[in-house]
Amino acid sequence: MSEPTTVKKPGSLWARLHLRERIKDRDTAIYGVLLVVVLVWPMSTYYATGSSFLTSQAAHAGTWVLLAIGLNVVVGFAGLLDLGYAAFFAIGAYCYALFASFQLQSSPLHHAYHLPFWLMLFVGMFVAAAAGAILGFPTLRLRGDYLAIVTLGFGEIVPQLFLNLDQWTGGINAIGSIDQPSLPGWITGPWAGATSIAILPNFNFSYDPTAYYVLVVIMIIIAVVLVTNLHRSRLGRAWMAIREDEVAAAAMGINTVTTKLLAFSIGASFSGFAGAYYGASFGLVSPDSFLFVVSITVLVMVVLGGMGNITGVIVGAIAIYFVLNNVLVSLPTNAESFANAVGLGFITKTNGDWPGLAEEARRLQFLLYGLILVGMMLLRPQGLFPSRVREQELKHDAVVEEETVAEQVPAR
Amino acid sequence: MSDQQPATDNILELTDLSKRFGGLLAVDSVGLNIKRGEVFALIGPNGAGKTTLFNCVTGLYQPTSGKVMFDGKDITGSKPHQVARLGIARTFQNIRLFDYMSALDNVRVGHHVRMKAKMWDSLFKLPRERKEEAVITEKSMDLLRFVGIARQANKYARNLPYGQQRRLEIARALATQPKLLLLDEPAAGFTPQEKVELMQLVKKILARGITVFLIEHDMKVVMGISERIVVLDHGEKIAEGPPDEVRKDRRVIEAYLGKSA
Repeated sequence: MSEPTTVKKPGSLWARLHLRERIKDRDTAIYGVLLVVVLVWPMSTYYATGSSFLTSQAAHAGTWVLLAIGLNVVVGFAGLLDLGYAAFFAIGAYCYALFASFQLQSSPLHHAYHLPFWLMLFVGMFVAAAAGAILGFPTLRLRGDYLAIVTLGFGEIVPQLFLNLDQWTGGINAIGSIDQPSLPGWITGPWAGATSIAILPNFNFSYDPTAYYVLVVIMIIIAVVLVTNLHRSRLGRAWMAIREDEVAAAAMGINTVTTKLLAFSIGASFSGFAGAYYGASFGLVSPDSFLFVVSITVLVMVVLGGMGNITGVIVGAIAIYFVLNNVLVSLPTNAESFANAVGLGFITKTNGDWPGLAEEARRLQFLLYGLILVGMMLLRPQGLFPSRVREQELKHDAVVEEETVAEQVPAR
Repeated sequence: MSDQQPATDNILELTDLSKRFGGLLAVDSVGLNIKRGEVFALIGPNGAGKTTLFNCVTGLYQPTSGKVMFDGKDITGSKPHQVARLGIARTFQNIRLFDYMSALDNVRVGHHVRMKAKMWDSLFKLPRERKEEAVITEKSMDLLRFVGIARQANKYARNLPYGQQRRLEIARALATQPKLLLLDEPAAGFTPQEKVELMQLVKKILARGITVFLIEHDMKVVMGISERIVVLDHGEKIAEGPPDEVRKDRRVIEAYLGKSA
C-alpha cells in the first residue's frame, strides 16, 4: 500500500466519498465507467457523427442489456438453464403492441385500444411474469438438461402462437404503427442536436432516439438496483443455495419449488419489461423477432459476461451487441479498405470463383462470430467479469485478514 | 406459542419405520424414541441403513411404511423444507456445503427458514429487511465463532480445510434453530485432536437445549458423548441401550466382527 502522491486533507469531499477504496471494488469501478459513458454518449456521438444514429443504436443495445440482466437471474443466480427466454420477450412486446395500436380493430373484437405506454410497461411485465409462473409450475420439478429442453419447446411455441393466431396478431404481417409513449414535458438540448436547451410540453417520443435512450437507461438503472437488492437478500441466497446443492438447500428449509418459480417469474418479468420497450421503440412487432436465436444470443451475453455477476452481464451484453451489430456488419467494408491500405487491393475484386474480399467476408461473418465465442470461452470460461465473494459486503469486525492455518486434509 | 408445554418427553419417535428400494429392505421396521436433551447415537456396519433412516426422518425419502413423530406431530412424508421448518436440522455424510458461497453466506442460508423478508421487502430494501439482514449477519457470525471458524467467514466454503467444512456444516444446521440436530458421521476423517474438539462442540450444542442424534463409526466418540445407542444391521435394530451395555452385546459384536469372532 502506498500513500497517494496528492494527499487530500482529511474531511475533504474526496476523503468522505472514500473514492479510492471504492474504486478498488471492481464492480463499482465498472458502474462508474458505464455511468460516465452513458452520460456523455448522446452528446459526444452527436458531435462526432452529426447524427443521433449511435444514440439510437445504444438505445437498441439497451433492450439486450435488460434481457441479459433478467436472464442472469434465472441462469446466473438460480442456475436454471432457460433456452426459451425470448418467449417472455415476445409476450411483453405483443402485450404492448396489441393494446397500443390499431391491430385489435381488425380482430374479432373490432375495437382498437390505445392504452398508455407507462401502464403497459408494467402490464407487460406482469403478464410475462405470469407466463413464467405458468410455464415454471409444472416444469421446475425437472432438472438441468430436461428443464432446458422444456424451455426450448416453450420458446418455439410462443412465436408460433403469435404467428398462427393471425386473426388477433396479424400473423406474418406483424403489428405496425405502434403508439409512441408520451410525457407531459421533456427537455431537449445540444445532446439531442437542438441548438439550445428547451422545455418541450406534451412531448411525444415519436421515435426520438435520445428520448428512447434516456428511457432505456432509466429502465436499466431500475433493473440493476432491483436485481442487486434481490441478489443480496434472503431470496438471492436461496437461489444460490439451490444452484449449488438443491438437496442441501431443501434440508435448510428452502422450498425449492417456489424459490425456483420466483426466479423464473422475476427473470421473465424483466423480459416482458424489455419487450414492451422494444415494441414501442421499434414500432413494429413481428413473430420472427423472437426466434430461438434471440434466446441464444441473450444466453451468450450472460455466459460470456460472467454468469451471476450483474456488471459482467451488462458488459457482456454490450460487447456481444457491438460484435453482432458493428464488427460483423462493417466487416466487409473494413476488410476491403484494409486490403487496399496494405497494397492488396487486387483481392477485393471478383476473380473467377473468388467473389471479392467484401463478399467473402460477408459470407464468413458468422464463422468469425463463432470463432470469437469459442476463443472467448477457451480463454476465459468464467466470463469477462465473473462473480466473486463480495469482500466489501462481508466486512465484519470479527473478521481479520489472515492466512489460513494449514490444516491437514485427510484422505476421504 | 401455544406449544410451550412439551407434548411428550420424546422429541422423536419412530414407529415400525421401513424403507424399501426395490428388493432391498434398507430399513426394516425400526422403532426408536429419542428423549429431549440427550445425545443419541446410531451405529452399525457400512450399509446398515443408517443414512437411509436419517433421510426418512428429514423427508429426503418417503418411508415405505411406519410413522415418524417429531415433537408430538406426525411428520411422516413431509417435504424436507417442512421438516426443517418444524425444527430438524442435519449435516451430511459427504459434506454438502454451498461450495461457491462464502462461509458466512452458508450460515445465512441456514437462517432462511426463520427469516421473514418477502420478495417485495428485498426488491426495495425496506428498512425492516435491512434490519433483519443485519441481525442475521450478526447471528451468523456468532455461530461461526461458536464452531470456531469466524476467521474464515469470507472464504468460499470449498476453500476451507476439511475439518472446518464439517464445522461449517454444523453451524449452518444450527442456524435453522433446530430442536433436533442430526449429525451424519461428523467425525469421519478427523484426527484424534479434532475428534476431542468435536465432542466438546457436541456438548456445547447440547447445552443450548438441542437434542443430538448422530451416526458415527468412531467408537471412542460414540462412547464418549452419547447417552444411548441404537445398533442397526441390515436395516434391523439389533440392540439398544447405554454404551456400556451395547458394547458387550453379543449380536453387536457379531455384526461388526462376524459370527466366528
